[in-house]
Amino acid sequence: MSAPDPALDGKDIHNLMICEHCDTVHRRRELVRGETARCRRCDAILERHQMIGTRGMLALVLTAMVIFVQANIWPIVTLGLNGQMISTTLWGTIIMMWNDHSEVVAVLAASTLFFFPLVKMLTLGWVLFFAYRGERAPGFVTAMTALHYVGPWTMSEVFVLGALVAIVKAHAYFEVIPDPGIFAYAGLMMLITVFAGVDMRRLWDLTEARPE
Amino acid sequence: MSALPRAQELGLIGCHVCGLVCRDRPDLHDAACPRCGAALHRRKHASYMRTWALLITAFIFYIPANVLPIMRTASLGDIDDNTILSGVIELWVKGSPDLAIIVFTASIVVPMLKFLAMSVLLISSHRQTAWAQRQRAKLYRLVEFIGYWSMLDVFVVALLTALVQFGIFSLVEPLPGVVYFGLTVVLTMLASMSFDPRLIWDSKEAND
Repeated sequence: MSAPDPALDGKDIHNLMICEHCDTVHRRRELVRGETARCRRCDAILERHQMIGTRGMLALVLTAMVIFVQANIWPIVTLGLNGQMISTTLWGTIIMMWNDHSEVVAVLAASTLFFFPLVKMLTLGWVLFFAYRGERAPGFVTAMTALHYVGPWTMSEVFVLGALVAIVKAHAYFEVIPDPGIFAYAGLMMLITVFAGVDMRRLWDLTEARPE
Repeated sequence: MSALPRAQELGLIGCHVCGLVCRDRPDLHDAACPRCGAALHRRKHASYMRTWALLITAFIFYIPANVLPIMRTASLGDIDDNTILSGVIELWVKGSPDLAIIVFTASIVVPMLKFLAMSVLLISSHRQTAWAQRQRAKLYRLVEFIGYWSMLDVFVVALLTALVQFGIFSLVEPLPGVVYFGLTVVLTMLASMSFDPRLIWDSKEAND
């Protein structure tokens, strides 16, 4: 596709970047390992040097998917009282909230802990898989836009802390046995921290069809 | 032109979705980013009004979230309703002051800080003052970063409800407070997203 491109009519507009936080225009420079570019005006991070390439990212996303499946199929915690044992999974929790007249909470938990993380991983995996082969994925623009909007609404790491608090609270009255689900969530939390430092926007430049 | 030129002065717009630097075409009202198709805005549309509206709604919901109990514990006919604050106190008394501090921070300090910080940002930016711009910019980024951790208590109640189902011996149920609290968190997140931090720098006096 070679539509007229108002973004390309400048000489070096490609080497510019605009700080999202204060609208200051900066000239882009290649960053070396460990470097972070910060805005001169407002000190926001403009760009980080990306240690992990497309290949590494793809591996991380696939790992996250495997762990995500584990986190969802295994129980998270088991409580025991007088020999009676009760355990729950994420979906068990969501369904329970729905049945207990807290449908809003059930929907919030289902979206922020299941659907949004799932959408995030699947679209990222899709886009990265094609980027790894040096192509732009079908539906790339939709996928990247979805990633941009879903981004702030995934809360798995908050859930891990929530589970910890719930365990401590329950510990005063019940026997508490942590199950594989909680460990899977802890793993997911660490992966999310790695992802947080990655700027997906570079995929736009990386997969751009450049006219030779 | 100042040493640090701003996109608006140079006739440029940064796409908020993909980050592409685009030429601003004053003749075009509904310009779209040539790369990702998102609408281009010099500043977020009606930022003050939207942010105030969401923030005030969030504050209205925050009142029942604190006053109403969020969770009921029933054990052998003994019923105990917990509010957010009484849950924190219980944790503290039962010997987990560290977790009590975490929950207190996530459920009370963070939402209050958000109401306060967003109001300060809205008022100061609206008055176009050049006061503490760098600090205000940092404050905004802090609000964005910590905002969603307030969901902590909602997840705690959800997990305890699912786990503590021992019939007459012990039973936990969610109460309406938790719904209001969840909505407060979502609304404050939406409020901080609709605020445009670039407004902090649109002061009357020349900055830097």
